[in-house]
Amino acid sequence: MRALARIVAEADGRGGTRLARLRGEPPLQLRHTPDGSATATVHLIGSAAGPLGGDDLRIEIEVGEGASLCVRSVAASIALPGRDGTPSRTTVTAVVAADGELRWLPEQLVAAAGCRHQATSTVELAGGARLLWREELICGRHDERPGDAVVSTSVDYDGAPLLRQSLTIGPGTPGWDGPAVLGGARATGSLLLVDPAAAPAPSAVLGATAVRMPLTGPATLVSATAPDAHVLRGYLDA
Amino acid sequence: MHRTAYLLLADGRFPSGGHAHSSGLEAAVAAGRVTDLAGLEAFLHGRLSYAAPVTAAFTAATHLTAARMGRAPSATESDVKVPFLSLDRELEARTVSPALRLASRRQGRALLRAGRNTWPSELYGQLPKHPDGPHQPLALGVTTAAAGLSAEEAAQIAAYGVLTGPASAAVRLLGLDPYQVQNLLARMAGSCDEIAAAAAAVAHKSPQELPAHAAPLADISAELHATWEVRLFAS
Repeated sequence: MRALARIVAEADGRGGTRLARLRGEPPLQLRHTPDGSATATVHLIGSAAGPLGGDDLRIEIEVGEGASLCVRSVAASIALPGRDGTPSRTTVTAVVAADGELRWLPEQLVAAAGCRHQATSTVELAGGARLLWREELICGRHDERPGDAVVSTSVDYDGAPLLRQSLTIGPGTPGWDGPAVLGGARATGSLLLVDPAAAPAPSAVLGATAVRMPLTGPATLVSATAPDAHVLRGYLDA
Repeated sequence: MHRTAYLLLADGRFPSGGHAHSSGLEAAVAAGRVTDLAGLEAFLHGRLSYAAPVTAAFTAATHLTAARMGRAPSATESDVKVPFLSLDRELEARTVSPALRLASRRQGRALLRAGRNTWPSELYGQLPKHPDGPHQPLALGVTTAAAGLSAEEAAQIAAYGVLTGPASAAVRLLGLDPYQVQNLLARMAGSCDEIAAAAAAVAHKSPQELPAHAAPLADISAELHATWEVRLFAS
């Protein structure tokens, strides 16, 4: 399946955020779930299993000056193999204007056995924009070895590179679950916080396999590995 | 051909300070993740799949930029400084651990000093200034260009260095049989060649498109390691 979802959030002029555009198509359905705050919250609702081999799913997000958008999903997405071995792809592009805020807090991506999935996110932040961005990757369903998955994240702040990360897991990459990469952990993820108004927090050890690190720029990154999704979320809760 | 220059730079005795770094192995040993030769093999495969493509591609890309300047002395300084600065920023954005950023820059600074004295060139002065030194792959890229090596050779030295640092640290940290460790390195030689060739093949791309492989435990254990009061290796 090919699908495109688009969210455009704008300041409503009364201190809140209005969704100027909210359009999904199967299997990417979007629902505005107002919570009474100044932030517009949108939930992604997968209306089909997947992403499935051969799927090409795109999500485009625009957050205007002074607007605040939070995107969540109702359930984990499970990358599954297609019948002919073609890869699946999820591409997220987000642009956040000055004084805008984007919180991208979806549920986990589970790489099921045999999958070939590529998740690529590109975020452009104007100077003064804020971002909270969570990625969680689970290596296989219960008691299952994962297929191959690549989760790439690229964030620019004020025209300069802030974060470039690409995590590859699965049998196609020698050493992927070994002591230099995941050490046998089945869950890994990161939480990026970009806040130009606050001084970046210093490095901190959050657990035996979880740390917070200041980046070069107005940002910190929490990175963790964990035995399961639940423990991982404990490190990356936002 | 500059075969001897190539060997000099790849030699662990070249005074570039690399012996002070275990590239995460000391932390992996302390955490009990690497205890024997099989553990070292898994560790080195991870380093080769994740660290080597990035290090080798940035080394080769820096080499190409430096060599371009060397061939066209009329090029203005900004022609070179802009790509060098872009390579520096792109590598910085790929190195999320402050401890690893510091380790890379310290090794770059030591290599720069050794390179400057071994193969004098004006190219070194074009690297972006930073109080902790240039990133190691940028320093290696410029040094290999000044030594007259090719981009492929530059990538090969970078990928090889990713393996040999932790391999020799393993002999000291775990008391492994040095013959068995050399045998392991020899068995990995084909993979190392492939990674280096792939890195050299993408070196002409824009810095933004260069590999960005991340290994979560590399960052996490580097940060943990930096908090230790007593350690054998700097990283």
